Amino acid sequence: MTLRPDLAAIAAHVAQGSRVLDIGCGDGALMAELESTLGVDARGLELNPAQVERCVARGLSVVQGDADSDLANYPDKAFDYAILSQTLQTADRPDRMLDELLRVGTKAFVSFPNFAHWRTRAALMFGGRMPVTSALPLSWYETQNIHHVTIDDFRELARAKGARIERSWFFASEKQIGAPAANWRAEFAVFELSR
Amino acid sequence: MATPPASKSFALPDDLPLDCGQALSNVEIAYESYGDLAPDKSNAVLICHALTGDQYIASPHPVTGKPGWWERMVGPGKPIDTDRFHVICANVIGSCMGSTGPMSDGPDGKAYAMRFPVITIRDMVRGLVALLDGMGIERLHTVVGGSMGGMQALSLAANWPDRAERVLVIASTARHSAQNIAFHEVGRQAIMADPAWQDGDYYASDASPDNGLAVARMAAHITYLSEEGLTAKFGRRLQDRSSKSFGFDADFQVESYLRYQGSGFTQRFDANSYLYITRAMDYFDLAEEFADMPGSGKLADAFAGTGSRFCLVSFDTDWLYPTAESRHIVHALNAAGAKVSFVELSAPHGHDSFLLEHAALDRVVQGFLE
Repeated sequence: MTLRPDLAAIAAHVAQGSRVLDIGCGDGALMAELESTLGVDARGLELNPAQVERCVARGLSVVQGDADSDLANYPDKAFDYAILSQTLQTADRPDRMLDELLRVGTKAFVSFPNFAHWRTRAALMFGGRMPVTSALPLSWYETQNIHHVTIDDFRELARAKGARIERSWFFASEKQIGAPAANWRAEFAVFELSR
Repeated sequence: MATPPASKSFALPDDLPLDCGQALSNVEIAYESYGDLAPDKSNAVLICHALTGDQYIASPHPVTGKPGWWERMVGPGKPIDTDRFHVICANVIGSCMGSTGPMSDGPDGKAYAMRFPVITIRDMVRGLVALLDGMGIERLHTVVGGSMGGMQALSLAANWPDRAERVLVIASTARHSAQNIAFHEVGRQAIMADPAWQDGDYYASDASPDNGLAVARMAAHITYLSEEGLTAKFGRRLQDRSSKSFGFDADFQVESYLRYQGSGFTQRFDANSYLYITRAMDYFDLAEEFADMPGSGKLADAFAGTGSRFCLVSFDTDWLYPTAESRHIVHALNAAGAKVSFVELSAPHGHDSFLLEHAALDRVVQGFLE
């Protein structure tokens, strides 16, 4: 099966047989891939009951819950990797979420849409309206993205939190791009963190 | 109620030790089974029944003639597919459909009545495990239970962790709350206040505490439904009349319904069994079983080192065992590092939703058993 590019980047860097918590796991595509190809012990957390139902029906261990409150119930370092894909910008407090990720996981993968992509900047600058793009498809009043973040913002947050950026990947138009000027050019970013 | 017709029955070869310190002799476990057991015995699914349930899960009830209580879930091609699984459901000890309980004769040849020892959920499960031993089933494919059945599934997973590969707990709890105990106490007092109860020694007499048992059932039945469901089904509609009677007949449809539920229940259930089983549920606190001191204990300790996969399901309108109780179990399982899934399903019918038509529940159950 074909994974979304940010998930494929994560899947390519998870160690065989490791323990993984996928926070905001959606329909479980990444978990299923990790379990079948890498023998990973994968657990998921997902807010939407219909998605959880789909995950359970495909045999995945997924708990319906809210990452903002429910991560607290996992013990320290219960996982080798905590994965947060396209969810950071929906958190009540992304800074605390990052702390929780690095508490429950030895390492963390975080992916998010980059609000400083040139198309977003152009929409805001020339249109004067909150951007609606392929990466951010919903209007400001209905989007779950309540904390828009840029690549440079995230780097700064990681620094402030004492988190080490192990690796990073950037994507535009579903393809991986290089790091130079990523804050302009990337629609999505994936970071691997440790502490 | 009359003595039930015999179903399949297993006589335990040994006395059954109980949590109260006593042991039960000559224990019979009545059960039903559906579907073939695989030669390697790897396809056995144990379904644990609720408070007033019984072993007739997918076959007609011998007293009422009604269809089995979970026929929509269990059968050929159903979510718990009897073409694939050997499904076992046994009447719990303390009950009244053929397994040893207060109706059964004690060692002196007279019915136990209130001389039956007070049992616990773990005692019920100990009986079920003895039945599995008798069948030579060492490891269940899945243990499934809703409501009190879920308590048994949790108890089995915690106390006999090697006996089930998967544990499916629906609309249940790991402990009875003050409110749960309170409602049960209303029921027990209704039974014991009925003069026909006769301190439990009514089996040889002409009278039995049907009125008390019916009131107990009426009170309990309300807790199985939701306000939304009651309003939709009955509202303030009157029963077979165009105006209020200014009397105490069942003017309202909801009154008539509850009276019908109450009296119908007395046809198939024993009042003393109701006392004993509600007591067992009230005593249930899985964390306490694994604590050094009563009232202390972390639920996670009950599941330490478990290798089973768990799935918990709650319903958003269930106020008897609300979602928070399932979440409490999920958090404990997370803390214990267990593989666990959990979903809260939306259904209008309250606690009883697990017995009713629910497509999403079917998909979850079927998927979890895959």
